[in-house]
Amino acid sequence: MAQAPEATRPLRILIAKPGLDGHDRGAKVIARALRDAGMEVIYTGLRQTPEMIAAAAVQEDVDAVGLSILSGAHNTLLPRVVALLREYGLGDVPVFAGGIIPEEDIPGLKAAGIAAVFGPGTPLSEIVQFIRDHTPPRHR
Amino acid sequence: MAAKRDLARLITGIENGEPAALRTLRAQYALTGHAHVVGVTGAPGSGKSTLIAALTRLARRRGRTVAIISVDPSSPFSGGALLGDRIRMRDLFEDPGVFIRSMANRGAPGGIARATADVVSAIDAAGYELIFVETIGAGQSEVEIARLADTVVVVEAPGMGDDVQAIKAGILEIADILVVNKADREGAERTLSALQAALEISAPLAAGHHGPAAPTSVATATTTAERWQVPVLKTVATEDVGVADLLDAVERHRHFLGDGRARAAQRMEQEVLRRLRDLVWQQVAQHISDARLRALAEACASRQLHPDEAAATLLREVFSPASADSQP
Repeated sequence: MAQAPEATRPLRILIAKPGLDGHDRGAKVIARALRDAGMEVIYTGLRQTPEMIAAAAVQEDVDAVGLSILSGAHNTLLPRVVALLREYGLGDVPVFAGGIIPEEDIPGLKAAGIAAVFGPGTPLSEIVQFIRDHTPPRHR
Repeated sequence: MAAKRDLARLITGIENGEPAALRTLRAQYALTGHAHVVGVTGAPGSGKSTLIAALTRLARRRGRTVAIISVDPSSPFSGGALLGDRIRMRDLFEDPGVFIRSMANRGAPGGIARATADVVSAIDAAGYELIFVETIGAGQSEVEIARLADTVVVVEAPGMGDDVQAIKAGILEIADILVVNKADREGAERTLSALQAALEISAPLAAGHHGPAAPTSVATATTTAERWQVPVLKTVATEDVGVADLLDAVERHRHFLGDGRARAAQRMEQEVLRRLRDLVWQQVAQHISDARLRALAEACASRQLHPDEAAATLLREVFSPASADSQP
């Protein structure tokens, strides 16, 4: 019967804002959209260092990390998050990014291990689908 | 970091009911029972997360390792959740002696998730000395936390609707420590005295520890002369005011509880019964077919059958499948 307790497994997603941005509207919109798609979203707020983000990702055992950044510091901060996740044994957790990121920076970020970059105006459904397609099957 | 990662993965497995995780949990159960589990409950906006962060900082300075479990509600519509309590704990993320886990309640009643008790167990086994469990904070019927925690801290804030909502909600009965947070705000004194007055009224009932008036002879065999006096404290968590007094009170309460084996056994009775209920339900539910349920539900909808009779019929059929053919 449907109500019997069963092993359910909502995806857990960390949404964070690295760097010194002053507002987090975009991040909150994404967080809500993912919640409405049935995911458990851990939102950590503004002004996070890559170290804080990676530490939270470890403790929360997330399936993916989403980073929203407007400040222009993406070329340093985003690869640093990826490197730390790898160092902490979360190398298979995809990191995606959104915010204001110039087109010409995207290839470099992808080379550094960012799985996707979503610019302003990306349909939320596209981001939801991306996460569903790219979260690794659980290794336990 | 590897230890935290392993613990985090175990917790996910427990939340998802994965057999391997539950086996690990049972295997390490003998290692548990050492942590001091502190429940923190109170209405949304009373400042629970900020207060826990302040307590954690201080406990770290006192040399304790600390874990925090923050429970937030799952959306009843999507099943998803927005877990934002970390926002107020940002300076603690990287402390090697602190472990923070956000938890969705996944629809469970009572202010915590179904798996919270097992998650506490896993963290206890990992060696954290102090475990804060922050409830959803619906402000009422958060009684599950009393079953789980050694010490329950109920947080109020001035000027939140009625004088003291908690009195109505019956949350005072589970409090070992009462806190008026945001005590620099107008109305703090009034909230404080309202809580004190409410406590005096219910004092004869509050026997030593939270829970419906435990028989004192069992609960505190060695300290029959002594009853726990529920302190009412003022804090301003954002300014670190009153936080040391609160942590002192938390530690005093633990000392008061002592070894507490008798009390633990009493609590375990409840825990065993809760799990028995879950187990019975699981066993029963897997023998009920959707079609049979639908048929009986339709009979109820057309007022040919009372829902009580339908439930009794299903139960009868589960226990004696042969009679399943005879319709009600």
